[in-house]
Amino acid sequence: MQISHKMILGGSAAFGMAGLAAMPAKAETLNLSVTIPRLSVAEYHRPYVAIWLEKEGAAPKTLSIWYDFDMRNGEGTKWLRDVRQWWRVSGRSLSFPADGISGATRAPGPQKIAFATGKGPLGTLTPGNYTLVIEAAREVGGRELVKLPFSWPAKAGATVAAKGSTELGAVSLTIAK
Amino acid sequence: MKAKYLIAGALVVLMTSGAAQAHRQWMLPSSTTLSGTDSWVTIDAAVSNDLFYFEHHPMGTDNVVVTEPDGAAGKVENAAKGRYRSTFDVHLTKPGTYRIGSVTSGVMGSYKLNGKVERLPRGTTKQTLAAAIPAGAIEVQTGEVSGRNEIFVTLGAPTTTLFKPTNAGLEMAPITHPNDLVQGEAASFRFLLDGKPAAGLKVTVIPGGIRYRDNLGQMDLVTDQDGKLSITWPQPGMYWLNANIGGGREGGAAAAQTAPAAPARRASYTTTLEVLAP
Repeated sequence: MQISHKMILGGSAAFGMAGLAAMPAKAETLNLSVTIPRLSVAEYHRPYVAIWLEKEGAAPKTLSIWYDFDMRNGEGTKWLRDVRQWWRVSGRSLSFPADGISGATRAPGPQKIAFATGKGPLGTLTPGNYTLVIEAAREVGGRELVKLPFSWPAKAGATVAAKGSTELGAVSLTIAK
Repeated sequence: MKAKYLIAGALVVLMTSGAAQAHRQWMLPSSTTLSGTDSWVTIDAAVSNDLFYFEHHPMGTDNVVVTEPDGAAGKVENAAKGRYRSTFDVHLTKPGTYRIGSVTSGVMGSYKLNGKVERLPRGTTKQTLAAAIPAGAIEVQTGEVSGRNEIFVTLGAPTTTLFKPTNAGLEMAPITHPNDLVQGEAASFRFLLDGKPAAGLKVTVIPGGIRYRDNLGQMDLVTDQDGKLSITWPQPGMYWLNANIGGGREGGAAAAQTAPAAPARRASYTTTLEVLAP
């Protein structure tokens, strides 16, 4: 699982050394931690999780979608619409697997993912107010959405945290230079 | 005086052709918003009082036509008719918005021949009308009847190719995409009668799940000069939308049945809309 996840997620897993040559020297990283709660339910499936960035006046940008991307005939895409707010604002206009965005579902526990500015799905951040949104939808389970507002540019070490109550646990974003 | 077409209120009475007219006709899709590249929807189709419970009659689906996002003809598959409902499937393989529905049009009316009033045979159309009225008929009264019952489902991102009006009968020209409806948001639609704005059209919107509540929750709306109306969705779920001209049924004025100048033109529009939670 982990291997194939890295394959697809190439951009962010590499933590940003390669490919930076053309970019300004200072690249920042958004380090995100998303806790997937351990649930004691009769039938458990790892949730589909979408992570996207919103900025007023700009089209929402998908940074990651964790789903059953490796099912035969792309069958895992059938349930993407259940991550319903993400599906409406961004998902439905993507094609899957989405390069640098699609990844495997993840196990319960804190899951780390990083996005470097100037490259990959994040791209360049213009100054302004942003909201990083994390939405989880679980097969035979529920759905929850957590928002992390932040402004850009941000100081190194700045952290925003929030907590879900059902399908998501603690979620935090830390800016690193 | 072979064919003098008169507008007559009496026609409305003649056109009431059975109990099914008093009930609500509907199609209920299993999904309206789908992802993936190869998906199916299954549709229940029935005529009943309560929405959306099949408890009275199956809806005839022989005339149901599937139009794919690019305008190509799609297929109705696995069609079956049960005691209370019809069901069929549609296979979605192209990205975009599909239309699934039936359009009917015809002419109803009567004439007098040798002192006896005769009704035009069922299935008479504008094209066959002249042949349907025998020589020597007098007091010919006819009215055009058209009906459209359609639903929309979308695979991937919604498209609007299919919203181009045909300019025949009562049609909905969506301003808000019918597969992009969310609780608490306002959606607007425009209604056209024979291609022209249907101003002052009474439109009824009823949320499904009637059986489990006391109040019908019906919204009675009227289109503006431009045929437009706006609906803010009070809750997520499936909604039945219906508009009629000249029938005096759901949303139509009961007065139309007694007023001498009742329109001979009868047209109806029905759709089922899914509203998602935000």
